[in-house]
This record gives sequence, C-alpha cells and structure tokens, in this order.
Amino acid sequence: MSQTTATTAGKRLIVDPVSRIEGHLKVEVELENDRVKNAWVSTQLFRGIEVILKGRPPEDAPLFTQRACGVCTNTHALTSIRAIEDALKLKAPPLAQLVRHLILSTLIIHDHLVHYYHLHGLDWIDMASALNADPVEAGKIVAAASNRDSDPSNLFIVRKRLKEFVAGGQLGFLENAYFLGGNPVYRCTPEENLILAAHYIEGLRIQLELGRAMALFAGKNPHAQSMVVGGVTCYDSLRPEVVDHFRQIWAKTKEFVDNAMMPDVLLMAKRFPEALTYGRTSNFFAFSDFHDPESGKDPYFASGVLWGNDLSKHESLDMGLIDEHVARSWYEGDTVRKPYDGETRPMYTSYDDKEKYSWSKAPRYKGEAMETGPLARRALAYARKEKETRTMLDAFFKAASMKPEQLFSTMGRTVCRVVETSMLINRMQGWIDETEKRVKAGDTDIYKPWKMVDEARGVGTCCVTRGALSHWIRIKGGVIENFQMVVPSTWNLGPRCENDKLSAAEQSLIGCPCPDPERPVEILRTIHSFDPCIACSVHMVDNRSGGIRKFKIR
Amino acid sequence: MPNGKRFDALKMLAGGPKPSRREFMKFCGAMAVFMGMGPAFAPAVAEALMSKKRPSVVYLHCAECTGCTEGLLRAYEPFFDEIIMSTISLDYCETVMAASGHAAHAALEKAIANPEGYVCVIEGGIPTFHGGEYGKVGGETMFQLCARVAAKAKATIAMGSCACFGGVQAAAPNPSGAKGVNQALAAVGVSAINISGCPPNPMNFVGTVVHLLTKGMPKLDHWNRPVMFYGDTVHAHCPRQEHFNRGEFAPSFDSPEAKKGWCLYQLGCKGPYTYNNCPTALFNQVNWPVKAGAPCIGCSEPNFWDDYSPFFHPIEDRPKG
Repeated sequence: MSQTTATTAGKRLIVDPVSRIEGHLKVEVELENDRVKNAWVSTQLFRGIEVILKGRPPEDAPLFTQRACGVCTNTHALTSIRAIEDALKLKAPPLAQLVRHLILSTLIIHDHLVHYYHLHGLDWIDMASALNADPVEAGKIVAAASNRDSDPSNLFIVRKRLKEFVAGGQLGFLENAYFLGGNPVYRCTPEENLILAAHYIEGLRIQLELGRAMALFAGKNPHAQSMVVGGVTCYDSLRPEVVDHFRQIWAKTKEFVDNAMMPDVLLMAKRFPEALTYGRTSNFFAFSDFHDPESGKDPYFASGVLWGNDLSKHESLDMGLIDEHVARSWYEGDTVRKPYDGETRPMYTSYDDKEKYSWSKAPRYKGEAMETGPLARRALAYARKEKETRTMLDAFFKAASMKPEQLFSTMGRTVCRVVETSMLINRMQGWIDETEKRVKAGDTDIYKPWKMVDEARGVGTCCVTRGALSHWIRIKGGVIENFQMVVPSTWNLGPRCENDKLSAAEQSLIGCPCPDPERPVEILRTIHSFDPCIACSVHMVDNRSGGIRKFKIR
Repeated sequence: MPNGKRFDALKMLAGGPKPSRREFMKFCGAMAVFMGMGPAFAPAVAEALMSKKRPSVVYLHCAECTGCTEGLLRAYEPFFDEIIMSTISLDYCETVMAASGHAAHAALEKAIANPEGYVCVIEGGIPTFHGGEYGKVGGETMFQLCARVAAKAKATIAMGSCACFGGVQAAAPNPSGAKGVNQALAAVGVSAINISGCPPNPMNFVGTVVHLLTKGMPKLDHWNRPVMFYGDTVHAHCPRQEHFNRGEFAPSFDSPEAKKGWCLYQLGCKGPYTYNNCPTALFNQVNWPVKAGAPCIGCSEPNFWDDYSPFFHPIEDRPKG
C-alpha cells in the first residue's frame, strides 16, 4: 500500500469504494493532525476502448466512444464526430449544429443537476433530520428564498414518505449514511434538510424529463444515435410540435433551476463556509464550445488558461502544449507523448508498486497539472470580465458573504456548477427560438455528405459537464490508425506525472480536514466536488505498527 | 402510459385520498399490459409495487459506463424514487448510495447475509484476463466480487449488453478479457436473466423485476432474455417496414427518401437481426433511433460491436474475415 515519496509521519486512510461517482477510482491519503498531508488518486478499471478502435471505420468511432461514459452520454459521440469532421474539413449545416447545441446543453444541465442533488447531495443533506421538520415552517423558507409560494403540502408528503421509508426498517440506499445518528458536519436545520430532500426527489423527476428532451432529438437517452459524421439524422424531430415539447421541458427545468437549485446552493454556501477554505487547486483551462451555428465563431463558452489562482489575468490556449504522461500509470514505458501519437499498452503491476499506481494517464499542459470543469470555465469567464458570469457570481458572493478567491475551493466548485447551469438554461432559449424559426421556415438541411479520405488527422474538442474533452484521430488507409481520448476526469483525477507533480484532485485534498476518519465526509465532499467519472478508495496504515489497519466506518 | 400530473400519485403513495388510487391502478394496469399479462393482472402489480417488506437488491458495477443506471434513473411510472422507496430495497448500489468506503462495504456484507435473500443485478462486463486485475472494487477483483455475490443470490439479472455479453470492452481485440455474467460465472452456477440493450429500456428491467415479484421467473429466449420484451425483432414492429417490403430504401442521410422516412436498411439498419421492443416500448416515452432517422445498431444482440459493424453498411456488405 505504501507509495513512493510517502513520508512515514502520519496515518493512512483509504475510502473504498467512494460511492456516488461514475466508475472505479481509489484515493489514499496520509493524515497528520486531522488534516490530509499527502494524497494519491488511482483509477481502478481499464477497458481499452482506444485499443478497440484501431482499424475500424472512423464513422463508427462515435458509437464506440460514446460508451466511454453513460453519464455524460452524447458528449464523446459529439467530440469524436468533431474530430472526424476536423480531419475531413467538413462543416455540418447550421440546423444540425443547433440540434447538437440543444442536445449538448440539455446534457450538461441534466448532468449538473443529477450531480448536485443525487451524487453530491448526500454529502450536505441530512435526510434523517428532515423527519423532525415542520413542513409549514419549511414552506415559509421556500417562499422567502424563491419565487415559489409557501404551500407546504408537497413537503408534508415528502416528510411522510421519508418517515414511512425509515420506519420500515430497510434503509436501502441510505444504509450507513454518514448523517445517521447525528453528525455535526451536517449543519442544515431540519426544515432546510426537508426542502433539500424534497428537491432531491423533484430533481429525479426533472432529470427524467431532461432525458426525454434529449431523446426528442437524439433518438434515445442515454446514448444518442442521431448524431453522425456530417450532421444529424432526425428529420422527424424537425416538426414544430417536437420543438414545442422540448420547449415545455426547458421551461419546467428553468423553473426548477431558478427556484430550487440556485437558492439551495446559496443556502449551502452559507451553512458550510469552511468548505470555502479547502479543496483548492492552482491552474485551470477550458476549451470553447457553443459556437455560432452559421459562422462557427463567437463561442458561448470561451477557451483559455488561468495560472496560479490569479483572477486578474488569463491567456489563450495552445492545443500543441497538451501531452500525456504514463510514468506513474499502468502502461508500458514512461515516454511522454502527444495525444496524436498516444499509445495505450496496458501493463498492470500492482497497487503496491512504488512507481505505477493508476489506470489513468496523467495529461499535462506545459508540463503542469490543470483543473478543468465548471470552476475552470467560470473562473476564466470571471477573469475575462464576461458580463453574465461577473453579474451572477458577484451577486452570489454578496449574498453568501464570500470572496472571489474562495471560488477556488470545494464549495466554490459546486457554486460554479449551479451558476453555470443557470446561465446555460437561460442561453438555451435563444437556441430553441432559432431552431423553431428554421423549422417553421421549412429548413431540413441537417446533413452534409462526405467521402472518407485515405489519410488525415483531426482533433475534436468539447466543453462537457466535467470539463475539457478532446479526441485525437489519425486516419490511414481510410480506417482508424490511432485514436486517443483525453478526458476531463483524467485531467482532474489522474495520478502524478513523471516529474512527480500531483494531479488537480490530489492537490485539492492536501490540507483537507479529516477530524473523523471513521466518517471522512470532508474528503468525500472534496472528491465529489469534481464530479468524478471514476471510482475511488482510501485506506489506513498505522505506521507505528507498520501494518494496514482496515478501518471500520459505521 | 398516462402522462398526467404525478402530484396525485405522490399523495396516493403517501396514503392520501382515494381518487388517486384509481390513477395508480391505471398505471399498474398499463404495466400489466406492457408485460403482456392483460389488465386483470393490475392488482398483482399494485401489490408488488407497494409491498410492506421490500425485496433486497444488490446492484454491482463492473466494466461499464453507468449508462444502464442512468437509464434506470429515467424509469417512468414507477419512477426511480418510487422504485427505491416503495418497491425494492436498494441495499447496495455505488452510484446512488450514501455511504462510501468501509461503510459501503459493510452495507454490502449485511445485504448478502440477509436471511431472506436478495436479487443481484450486475451492470458491466467482467474483466477476466490475468485473474481479473483490470477491474477492482475495494481491492477485490470484479470477477471475484460478482462470483461471491451472484452465487448466493435468489436471482441474478444482467443489466445491459455489457453484463449480458461483455459489451463494448469485449469488442475485438478485447484487451481486458471482458465477458458477460453468464459466460464468466457459469462455473459458480450463476444463470442470469439477460436484459440486453445499450442501454436497455428501463421498463424492460422494471417489468422483469415485477414479474419476478409476482409470477416468478419469466419465460426466457435462447440468450436468456425475457420473451415478453425480446420476443420479436425490431424490424417486425418497425413503422418503416412497409417501405422495406416495397423496396423503398433511403440511399443517403441527406436524400429526399431519408427526409420522407423510408427504410434505413441500406444505411446499415440491423433491425431485422435484432430482438427488442424499441418500436413499441419507445425510449424516454417519445422516440427511438429509427424514428430519429438513425439505423438500428443491433445493441441488444451478442457481439453486436463486431458482428453488426461497420454500422453504416448493410450486414451482407461486411468484409468477410
């Protein structure tokens, strides 16, 4: 279990598995004086999709790569399509671009919502405390914090459902939850917890409708099928009544984002101010996305790089400065490679290996570890003085009594996620209007025919839920010669690189409080704040006895 | 399926007034019909959905993308929150459970020691190369974990094409030796019900669970899939079938024929070779790939990643090799 560079001063802790994430990841921390002194993040699964793609027709790649993730489904398909269209110098028609905008923006909103309530939520929400709430009082809080009225009937129902659920004696998904039996780090009042629990359930209902909204254009959800190289195929969706159905779901979602998600994240920022003081990383980058469907310019999300938490400056991004390290990953060799020339040759040693300890590669920009995701995107927009981001974040800072630099924290990450959701749902209205206008005018131009070339290379980028996603393809003999996916969670949750520089998540854990190793809630809050797309685990070594003590966490 | 306001149904779930009971029975009736049982079966469905002692379910994740779980989150009537709060007891599921680490592990051990037994659901292929070292949960290989949990389960359900047949990671050259549950765990006597699809329609899963709770084991096909959902080809109920019969095929995605909704066979549709209920059950209540102009890729069939690709060419045009 010991890793290289480990000192022998502290205790080791392993959480295994970390739930409420996608996939299989392992985190090990060394503790000193109730704080994390050192951390190792290890992904625990190898699937080999890049290896499988070799020799196949490029146009099939989107269907394969989409299966990299069923949570940010659609995004890998779209990014592969963009890589191939880049290689073929092909531009899909404007209406196809609009449909892709609608699918991608809905996906990001869906994904942020599910992460906020259903994956991250139970780090903050004490569902047991909600049983003692007064729904009438809770209703008043809702009315004061949002545009909803104070009608408590739904809150009565939620409380009753929770009571019956707990009284049945089968706790199911809440078995061994860290708030059971009372836990001082869960600070919301019973009424606030009841509101959050009600939104947890309401959020489940909203997300299924967002899935439906995606399916209206994508054919199904998860895993779109209508997005193809050259455009989209969904002629049937180009009926005004389909666009109208989509708009209805959008309106319902907007009401929820405005009146539940935004007030809830403000409440959390006020209730958990210490979460604004840990979980910090240094460097950030983002790709651009949501370009104008006609001109391909003016992206709604702009690209850039931000160094050393300095909100006063930013620089432009150079794709040529991205490379991938495997020195500390379970792959052959230790050569640093550009993604176009990336190799994926698995070579498992063991977790106890002094060098290699993860299935994830370690992407670096100018040799540095970077964070990507909603925090990176909003911090960059703030640094660029983008009006919308500035207005929303400044209003939030004021309401939550927080400083701009506190964005660089566990809670800041979550705040940015919700603020971005709100921005995107507002921006979507224009794309829906434009789609409707084109559809009503009889535009059916959604596919541009193409011919596969013998030899070419291309890169596709995408602003996805968890950050900057890029796909790199080399075509030779009309088939895939090489395909590399550099994904956000590899940036955020990868291992060290050959120069021993920690990844963003490893860095964010340093200094994270852990007063109760039996219930490492703060570590989970920090790891979850990245919205990981992989599963993790953390164990405990008592160095005084030199052995590993399996920690019984109740 | 009714698409009314669920507020009343929520009231009903909370033991509210009578009229909404009627709405609930309406959707139990719809579920019964969906399962091919006829509306008279509705009371049995209602009982299964609202039982006092909820049957325990242990849900394991292996080599997967979590798309099947995401699909299940989109379950509609019953909704996911109703399923986990009123129908089953989801005693282990890494995606949604509150506990992590050892607390999660303890929940698993408690669930599989339950004297009343449990149903095991597995999502994802099982990596088998080098003793299964390509995939681990809590230091234990997925191979070993699944063998341990499924071997003792009352029933095992393989959720999605990865768990059924190995899935995308099992496509050539299958670098991690991924296998489906029945292939990997036959030696420990596991025979799982296969709910295939990438991802499967969540209603096929919910319907199978309701069947297990009411009438026991459903009738299965050659690939262990419930015949009630996988009995016919996609082609058999495809609204575009009349075009196929008349030889009216779309030659390209931008052709007038594609815009008119002609048959996608020449663009690679594998509907005639694929057993599933997509055209009738629909995804997300509104759509399915062919309706959205996309050829069926055959995602509910074994080895479709290799046997049914290239995906945009008719199956007989595949390179012989």
